[in-house]
Amino acid sequence: MATKVLMEALSPTMEEGRLVEWKKQEGDAVAAGEVLAEVETDKAVMDLTARAAGVLLKHAIAAGTTVPVGQVVGVIGSKGEDIAALLGGGAPKPSVPVAAAPAAALPVKPAAPAAAPVAGPPAVSAAAVAPAAAPVDGRVKASPLARKIAAEKGLDLARLQGSGPEGRIVVRDLEGAGAVAAIPAAGAVSAAPGSLTGFTDTPLSQLRKTIAKRLTQSIGPIPTFYLTAEVDMERVAEAREALNARAEAEKKPKVSFNDIVIKATALALMQHPACNAWWQEDRIRYWHDVHVSMAVAIEDGLITPVIRHADRKSLREIGAESKELAGRARERRLAPEEYTGGTFSVSNLGMFEIDQFTAVINPPEAGILAIGSIVAKPVAEGDKVVIRRRMRVTMSCDHRVIDGATGAAFLKTLKQMLENPLALVW
Amino acid sequence: MPVMTYRDALNAALREEMARDPDVFLMGEEVGVYQGAYKVSRGLLEEFGPNRIVDTPITELGFAGVGVGAAMVGLRPIIEFMTWNFALLAIDQIINTAAKIRYMSGGQVGCPIVFRGPAGAALQLGAQHSQCFEAMYAHIPGLKVIMPATPADAKGLLKSAIRDDNPVVFMEGEMLYNTKGEVPEGEHIVPIGKAEVKRAGEHVSLICYSKTVASCLKAAEQLEAEGVSAEVLDLRTIRPLDLEALFTSVSKTHRAVIAEEGWYFAGAGAQVVDELQQGIFDELDAPILRVTGADVPMPYNKYLEKAAKTSPERIVAAARKVLYLE
Repeated sequence: MATKVLMEALSPTMEEGRLVEWKKQEGDAVAAGEVLAEVETDKAVMDLTARAAGVLLKHAIAAGTTVPVGQVVGVIGSKGEDIAALLGGGAPKPSVPVAAAPAAALPVKPAAPAAAPVAGPPAVSAAAVAPAAAPVDGRVKASPLARKIAAEKGLDLARLQGSGPEGRIVVRDLEGAGAVAAIPAAGAVSAAPGSLTGFTDTPLSQLRKTIAKRLTQSIGPIPTFYLTAEVDMERVAEAREALNARAEAEKKPKVSFNDIVIKATALALMQHPACNAWWQEDRIRYWHDVHVSMAVAIEDGLITPVIRHADRKSLREIGAESKELAGRARERRLAPEEYTGGTFSVSNLGMFEIDQFTAVINPPEAGILAIGSIVAKPVAEGDKVVIRRRMRVTMSCDHRVIDGATGAAFLKTLKQMLENPLALVW
Repeated sequence: MPVMTYRDALNAALREEMARDPDVFLMGEEVGVYQGAYKVSRGLLEEFGPNRIVDTPITELGFAGVGVGAAMVGLRPIIEFMTWNFALLAIDQIINTAAKIRYMSGGQVGCPIVFRGPAGAALQLGAQHSQCFEAMYAHIPGLKVIMPATPADAKGLLKSAIRDDNPVVFMEGEMLYNTKGEVPEGEHIVPIGKAEVKRAGEHVSLICYSKTVASCLKAAEQLEAEGVSAEVLDLRTIRPLDLEALFTSVSKTHRAVIAEEGWYFAGAGAQVVDELQQGIFDELDAPILRVTGADVPMPYNKYLEKAAKTSPERIVAAARKVLYLE
């Protein structure tokens, strides 16, 4: 039986996708899991893979077309199969009233003795997928088996349309549902990422609640305050020149100031775990590991790839990884797990000769560092005026999580580390 | 393998077990000179004599009691009821004595007895002679209940029943006596409590026993024409139930229909449903449906009787329903 290829939700927040390029042509044989096409989501260019094996019978949309999630973009079946009925609709029907459908209209296929055993009866209609049909009484009706399989596959039953009596979701409704009904990974990430572990949830004290409430009333959903410090980068610059001279001799990738700032930030966060935290409405989540989100400007926007465990990585590793992630970010080829799950952000506009700026917090993270350019300027050293390379760092803090003194202590540690870069390897 | 009738398969089992064990004897109305109301004991009086093939008066409670007493002192009686409808008169001996004596004697006294005879409706025998009592006996702890569907199972299970050291209720089918099938010669034993897949399938389990096995096989053929692969699971023994076979089949198909001849309320199929929902709830893709006899005294009128009975058509309809095909 032919299977519809649907535009799938390939990113947590994707509502529509642009089919960039068909990787399989009409008439090509495809195996389940093979890449059919490239799809541009709201965040990246991703692969759309085959959910069934057979022959790609039809491109229902041309390359370059943008369609909503759930719409049919192609059909996989066996050679010569009549697929006119499948293509009739296009977008999935909002409901399939099976009780009213005459049994004879169902595509009943005589069982082929040689055919591989099928999980369900062959006489089933294709998966009916609704864009999150809200059950009237708030309860999703599904058979025990459908519930079990949905749990195993991570499908959200509320996003499926049941074909059984009174809309009951039965196992045939799960076939081909695939990513359409996948529980959004991002929702999971911002709430409690399955892949991320190692944190302590601390319930809010009354004082903390009051601070959160009062400050939010005053300034907006995230009551932000800003701390600025000027860091002497002379020694970092010297260290970087020495390192990069060496890297050049060894033909290894160079280290940027930003890499050094990320490393120093990660190490400073390990000393100030109060700043390495997420606001979670009823509690604060203190992460045990440091994952630094790094703002990368891309065409029409920005994205924050994450350097995981930045505190444990060498400068050279951070340098290579940030370069690679930024490159793929600009090509929009990041996987969702590569740009979610950070615990603190760094944004750097130094290359644009910005002296100082304030960055907007990336919730649920509680802080972000805004890095200005490194400028040579006269400063007092004792009673002498000397020329030093200086950099202004501004930290935006979510006041519900980080108090002034807490943020200041973190920033002081960061400043000391950068001014004494041996601390980075200590 | 020889082909024989269900009747002759039972006859072979009786003959072989009586020849094997001198403690085995048969007692009931018309079992001797008349050779059985349904000729199951044909030739046995001649072969084993009147001490072991015993004709009784029309006294079900009396000869059932004689049988229970004989079993308590070490013999292995087979008590034939002309039909299980008449065993209603003997039920005190079956339930209150045979089923209880091992327990009430603290294990000192056993009761290796077989109560056997035809059960269920035949054709136009009226409300009092067309009844299914397997659920009633299966309800009683201490009784085993066997309902074979084929000649081979009839022979193999009757031999197991005779050799069992506890009371066994063995229910035959009047409409089955003339059915034919291959039966292994000689020592053919079918263990008590083992179901059998009579036809393998993928999409729905048709669970049945006794006469409904044939109905389910017919239903499976009709379903095959619609592209549905139905598995026919013959329970063979009602108590103890073969849970492993039930769970295996329904875990594979995820949908089940139970076909039984008896009444709906608290029928044997209700127990099967309960075991399935407790044991493999997460495997079910649809409610389990039961196809039963109509919840009325069996009508005498031919057409009403037909309508009241479990039929392949009603099994097909139930299967389509659990497959969400209608």
